[in-house]
Amino acid sequence: MNNRELHHLSILVLPSLTVFAAFFLLPMARLVTVAGSGDMGAYAYVAFLTTPRYLESLIATVVLSASVTVATLAISVVSGLFLERNRFAGRKILIALITFPLAFPGVVVGFMVIMLAGRQGLIGDITKVLAGDKLVFAYSMAGLFMGYVYFSIPRVVLTIMAAAEKLNPALEEAARSLGASPWLVVKDVILPGLKPALIASGAICFATAMGAFGTAFTLATDIDVLPMTIYTEFTLNANIAMAAALSIVLGLITWVALNAARSLAGSTVAAAG
Amino acid sequence: MISGTSVSLVECAKTFPDGTRALSPLSFEIEDGETVVFLGPSGCGKTTTLRIIAGLESPDPGGRVLFDGEDVTQVPIELRNVGMVFQSYALFPNMNVEQNVAYGLKVRKLPGAESARRVREMLEMMDIVALKDREIDQLSGGQRQRVALARAIAVRPRVLLLDEPLTALDALLRERLRVDIDALLRRLGITAIYVTHDQAEAMALGDRIVVMSHGDVAQVGTPRQIYFQPSNRFVADFIGTMNRVRGFVSNGVVRTDAGTIPWNGQGEEEVEVLFRPENLTITEPERGHLTGVVETAFFLGDRTRVIVRGAGDTVLVVETSDRHEFREGEKVGLIVGPDMLTFPDGEAP
Amino acid sequence: MARSRYFAYQLAFTLLVCAFLIVPVCMSVMAGFTNNFFKGITSGFTLRWVFEVWDLYADTIFLSMGIALACLACTIVLGVPAAYVLAKRPGRITRMIEEFLVLPLAVPGLAIALALIISYGQIRGFRLSWTFILVGHVLYTLPFMIRAVLAVLSSTDFRTLEESAASLGATFWQRFFQIVVPNCRSGILAGSLMVVTLSIGEFNLTWMLHTPLTKTLPVGLADSYASMRLEIGSAYTFVFLVMLIPLLMALQIWGQPRAPRKAVAEDDAGVVAARRRESGSQAAR
Repeated sequence: MNNRELHHLSILVLPSLTVFAAFFLLPMARLVTVAGSGDMGAYAYVAFLTTPRYLESLIATVVLSASVTVATLAISVVSGLFLERNRFAGRKILIALITFPLAFPGVVVGFMVIMLAGRQGLIGDITKVLAGDKLVFAYSMAGLFMGYVYFSIPRVVLTIMAAAEKLNPALEEAARSLGASPWLVVKDVILPGLKPALIASGAICFATAMGAFGTAFTLATDIDVLPMTIYTEFTLNANIAMAAALSIVLGLITWVALNAARSLAGSTVAAAG
Repeated sequence: MISGTSVSLVECAKTFPDGTRALSPLSFEIEDGETVVFLGPSGCGKTTTLRIIAGLESPDPGGRVLFDGEDVTQVPIELRNVGMVFQSYALFPNMNVEQNVAYGLKVRKLPGAESARRVREMLEMMDIVALKDREIDQLSGGQRQRVALARAIAVRPRVLLLDEPLTALDALLRERLRVDIDALLRRLGITAIYVTHDQAEAMALGDRIVVMSHGDVAQVGTPRQIYFQPSNRFVADFIGTMNRVRGFVSNGVVRTDAGTIPWNGQGEEEVEVLFRPENLTITEPERGHLTGVVETAFFLGDRTRVIVRGAGDTVLVVETSDRHEFREGEKVGLIVGPDMLTFPDGEAP
Repeated sequence: MARSRYFAYQLAFTLLVCAFLIVPVCMSVMAGFTNNFFKGITSGFTLRWVFEVWDLYADTIFLSMGIALACLACTIVLGVPAAYVLAKRPGRITRMIEEFLVLPLAVPGLAIALALIISYGQIRGFRLSWTFILVGHVLYTLPFMIRAVLAVLSSTDFRTLEESAASLGATFWQRFFQIVVPNCRSGILAGSLMVVTLSIGEFNLTWMLHTPLTKTLPVGLADSYASMRLEIGSAYTFVFLVMLIPLLMALQIWGQPRAPRKAVAEDDAGVVAARRRESGSQAAR
């Protein structure tokens, strides 16, 4: 613990800090200034509140992300708990299958939604047989919702399984010995124990849905979620200042969501990004 | 085989950045070839002292560490040529046994043949030749400690530093390795500094023991001095079991609640008398200096440990090889042998 | 223990979830090998689409692999030393550095890409080359390498290992390269798999950063979904999955940084007894 060591350690950390400063901090600072240098000046930051198109896009994205988070958590808690707490033949295969799409990029997820709910999709085929009418919703907000849930389930299930594994089985046994029904055990012992994991994975799920771009891009360019709006401003309208302002707003929302979750859950939430 | 180095600590104090005082200024001489044990409860500053000698911590400004009179305070650990054995063994998991033992030689760029010869010698000395190709996670705790010792000695250090090396082992193995380490240190004639909280280890290994408490030296002495002539209550209490009785000195006796003990001192004052369990002999109630009632007795095989409650709150621990089966409530007398200590009553415990 | 009604319900639900995730994958694979997906499997099996994908998009596959490997090299060189420093000196400053380095995860890729384009888009040689994409990938994957190595470092007592190496005469750099780095292997491996997997699948950043001459696999996929027939998109997706599966399997095996193993028992009898105890406690669970 001397100055010499401090010197060595600085040498070791310097390269990553340099890269980070040059390719993240500096560009982000540029983004902030560019956002304020358009026709509207610093007013660009509030434009999204006063321009109905941006505001609607923002609200739609938040509502979509929130509902994706709730749905994913509900589905994943049931399946994750089930997979962690039961031992049966084929369990490992089931886990492997459910976590398989973990590394799918958003574009591939979008394609999977097309497979299910697109014009030649499975759901369309089934509804045609059952109701005589082809149900196609891949290219709408519902398709996007489905895609984000698809994207999030594998990682949330994994997080919940890991958290459930760490629960102290004695607590549950104690509750049962005191006469608690299975439902009460889940409500009073298991869910409170999973709370940090739920908050953490919920926040990641929300932030990912807010910023995701690939799925929306694959499904259609006319679903007005914030990332698509930014993309349109940038490429079609060449309104770089507006695109910059909107992406800063988007970045702030996800950053705040992740940090709020971290202070609530007390762990490093961004880890699984 | 290894020539010893004398170690001197001159006014070495240690204050950590958060302001806690780990060590009060300590000056101490360790002769070459001597084994000194630093003994004390956790947090007493013994490990800090060892780390200052090793060069892992530097003393507060003004403190100096001398090896054979040469000031090494500013010399970093990698250049101090010390051998160190850690409580957790600290064997490198990425190397096998042989590579671990050879590491210090490799760093010193010793020629291959010479290095191989020395590694072989170390493995033989520690009786671990058969383990030389094993990975570290295939070793038991005792084997790991032997490898750690071989690795530390292989570099022919000026001083061997052992930080609670046996604490992580179970009792039986601890005793066996203690004997081995003792034999090794005698054979090498190396200067060794050994840190432990286990008084039995300290007694068995130390030429001298430094008892430490709250960053201060409580007493320095041979194991016998420490045991029989503790210079203060902390040492008396920390080493072995000690009975304490309060009394008043007058006319060549100490009067206590439980009886009267002969006393060859002078003066009239309140005192506390301390004596060891084996310093008491059980006898008939009317013949003892002290009397009391048996509260419990633990049969330990070769001896029996008897807890006697005297008048007042005096509780005395007695060890006897008497085969008599003591019963609860039995009245007994106790003769106090000559090896007892008194401290003025006012002294802080 | 008799399995309850609940077990059946939960199993059915989980199977449904599994079907939701896997059925489209199977359909896509099937579509990639049928002559005409609209008509169904009856139209016949073919490798035509796969060959066509190869003709059209082989360069994207190689570019993605190249970028992933370059990204891996960068994250190892940058991330391993950084993780070591963070683990070595826990404190306010390193805490801040860590916060900074993981920041790219909290900001949508679109925003990062936009920022990069605004700042460096004028440097044409850089903007047009694949290294422009690489920069984005390194920013995005570096936190994963750092986290994986940090996890291993915080589960091993590397400080004592270093102290013991120092006591044997090793200098700072010898300790770093001979003791610290080799003992981080499992973390570096886990981090590497993560980095390669993420880099190969990255789209959010890459779509903005790419040029017509620097198309990566996911960019090619988006392109084929938008402009090619379904069968080609499917076959292309299949190629992507084939690349992904070995990585995913490796992640399953080596993805969790392993904790160092405990000491074996003192003798053989002890080993057997310890094993018995272990299996007993597992059965009790």
